Amino acid sequence: MTNKMIHESIKQSYQYGFTTDIEMETVPPGLNEGVIRFISAKKNEPLFLLNFRLQAYRHWLTLSAPNWAHLKIEPIDYQAISYYSAPKAKKLLKSLDEVDPKLLEMYEKLGVPLHERAKLAGVAVDAVFDSVSVATTFKEKLKEAGVIFCSFSEAVQSHPDLIEKYLGSVVPYRDNFFATLNSAVFTDGSFVYIPKGVRCPMELSTYFRINTANTGQFERTLIIADDDAHVSYLEGCTAPMRDENQLHAAVVELVAHKNATIKYATVQNWYPGDENGKGGIYNFVTKRGTCLGDHSKISWTQIETGSAITWKYPSVVLRGDYAVGEFYSVALTNHFQQADTGTKMIHLGKNTKSTIISKGISAGRAQNSYRGLVRVSPMAENARNYSQCDSLLIGDQCGAHTYPTLDVKNPSAQIEHEATTSKISDDQLFYCRQRGISQEDAVSMIVNGFCKTVFQELPMEFAVEAQKLLAVSLEGSVG
Amino acid sequence: MLQIKNLHATVHDTQILKGINLSIHAGEVHAIMGPNGSGKTTLSNVLAGRDGYVVTQGDILFFGKNIIALTPEERAVMGFFLGMQYPVEIPGVNNSYFLKTALNSIRKARGESELDAFDFMQLVKTHLAAVGMDEKFLKRSVNAGFSGGEKKRNEILQMMLLQPKMAVLDETDSGLDVDALQMVAKGVNTLRDASRGILLITHYQRLLTYVEPDFVHVLLGGKIVKSGDKQLAQEIEKNGYGAL
Repeated sequence: MTNKMIHESIKQSYQYGFTTDIEMETVPPGLNEGVIRFISAKKNEPLFLLNFRLQAYRHWLTLSAPNWAHLKIEPIDYQAISYYSAPKAKKLLKSLDEVDPKLLEMYEKLGVPLHERAKLAGVAVDAVFDSVSVATTFKEKLKEAGVIFCSFSEAVQSHPDLIEKYLGSVVPYRDNFFATLNSAVFTDGSFVYIPKGVRCPMELSTYFRINTANTGQFERTLIIADDDAHVSYLEGCTAPMRDENQLHAAVVELVAHKNATIKYATVQNWYPGDENGKGGIYNFVTKRGTCLGDHSKISWTQIETGSAITWKYPSVVLRGDYAVGEFYSVALTNHFQQADTGTKMIHLGKNTKSTIISKGISAGRAQNSYRGLVRVSPMAENARNYSQCDSLLIGDQCGAHTYPTLDVKNPSAQIEHEATTSKISDDQLFYCRQRGISQEDAVSMIVNGFCKTVFQELPMEFAVEAQKLLAVSLEGSVG
Repeated sequence: MLQIKNLHATVHDTQILKGINLSIHAGEVHAIMGPNGSGKTTLSNVLAGRDGYVVTQGDILFFGKNIIALTPEERAVMGFFLGMQYPVEIPGVNNSYFLKTALNSIRKARGESELDAFDFMQLVKTHLAAVGMDEKFLKRSVNAGFSGGEKKRNEILQMMLLQPKMAVLDETDSGLDVDALQMVAKGVNTLRDASRGILLITHYQRLLTYVEPDFVHVLLGGKIVKSGDKQLAQEIEKNGYGAL
């Protein structure tokens, strides 16, 4: 689109009567081109980005929300959402006394250190905060290594060339309803660039990114590992975050060049709604990585315990020869939670290899679905895939479903798929209890045993937290 | 130590136990023999407090305390152990992790400190040899893929580790070859001492040649119809239950 056209469309939008003072901190609910221009202007974005947003928005208008997943979703009123609020809009509480006692109880059970509880619960903390100094040292070390790790907005200003080159290169703005919406209205997120030959000296975690406070409901993350680079990225947190937005539609794009490795781990524990299925976050995320170069590797690990509804399929496009894609997932649903999650492994290069290990756990009246696609293109000689999808049921009112799809167009492919469904039996519980182990400990022990192969993929201290998290999430699910 | 008084119990609304009286004192080994369907396994499940087994009349006193309302884990931490006839498989749960969790739950309830991984391994190794198991057993999932004999040895290993005050072994001898049977018997004899009560529930006299009981009772139709010493077991072996 030429500049002239853009300027014309900018003018056009005002025909809809949208006039917002650029100094305003929050736009009124509703979505139109004016709002998108407002966001872009507010963030001082270059023209290519405004263009990207507008194209996405116009395409989004032609789409309707997907309904193929095994999910019951109340219709969402997209005009009722406010698409921009200034970074400090989240109301800060004065002290921990004002925080929901249930949230505090959860922190207690998870063993979250006291000084972190305040931050997670959204309490104003003064500047001499432990993690600030930690984060500063952290930033200095990264700078030394040449790693760029900052908020997406910062990167737009400091490295527009990289953003222009890679944004939408993995998840195009036309990809799907929620990714398209995100492309139009995303507010912030993370940006990572690992230069050639650099092995990132530490785990990158969203926790340490300064300005992480309010990335909003439309988060955008872009991670690029150049030739021979290596990075491990950790998203989320076992402790539940306070959040007032119901709809979350994030997009994560990963690009791995020749010989590069990206490991991306997520622990998602957003508010799942109460025992009766009221409230809770809708988490509709598009995550995809491209193994662009030969011998590159992308590995997704996810522990999903939160949200009322999860709709998410972290995928890998294996473009380079000898590229490797991995997906390790634990999705736990309790009460009235619903999860439809899985992965896509798209084999394009020769001798590419993918592994899928999915563990779904359902309790209460929850529904848990695995949905996967393994595609081997005609060009992909000697592609290999191994998939294992196991479901564990607790109680007799929940459901587990598996929808694996294979699309193999090259006869040299070797594909293996295994699936099991099991139930925690009364016999197992009685056996454990007879040995002195309480019912809840027995359930969490069996569940952790079931998930072991996935936990092994997490960084050590995180694996321990994840185990605790599952135990807490399952409380009251039996008996 | 364990007093069972006029115990009546139902399973799925069917009356199975119809008035059992039995007293076991510390240091005694009792055996209950009976044909299939006489109520042997129901008795052991009722004693352990399993869901679905309903006491309709009578009392179970353990160290003088009525335990009918207690959960299985509460009875376990008081020192009650049930060796199961069909130990269940728990895939994915490492055997040593399971044993350590069980031991520490019981130690915690007794007000003792929990053992760390190192101390636990030291302790478990001393018992492994006694039941003829090697360390590989600890790394496998609980009972998963174990042979019948291995499962029973695992039960005895747990009993030795948990050091219960009262151990009930439900048909631990069934389906074992002679070597495994001797190993099980050796485990029981090791635990036999003045502070502990042991109840062997069995179909055959076989085990009783290796573990000599002080008392033998015959269970028929949900009642103890005859009690005696080890001679009684030999009579049954010779003449069958029909003669009673």
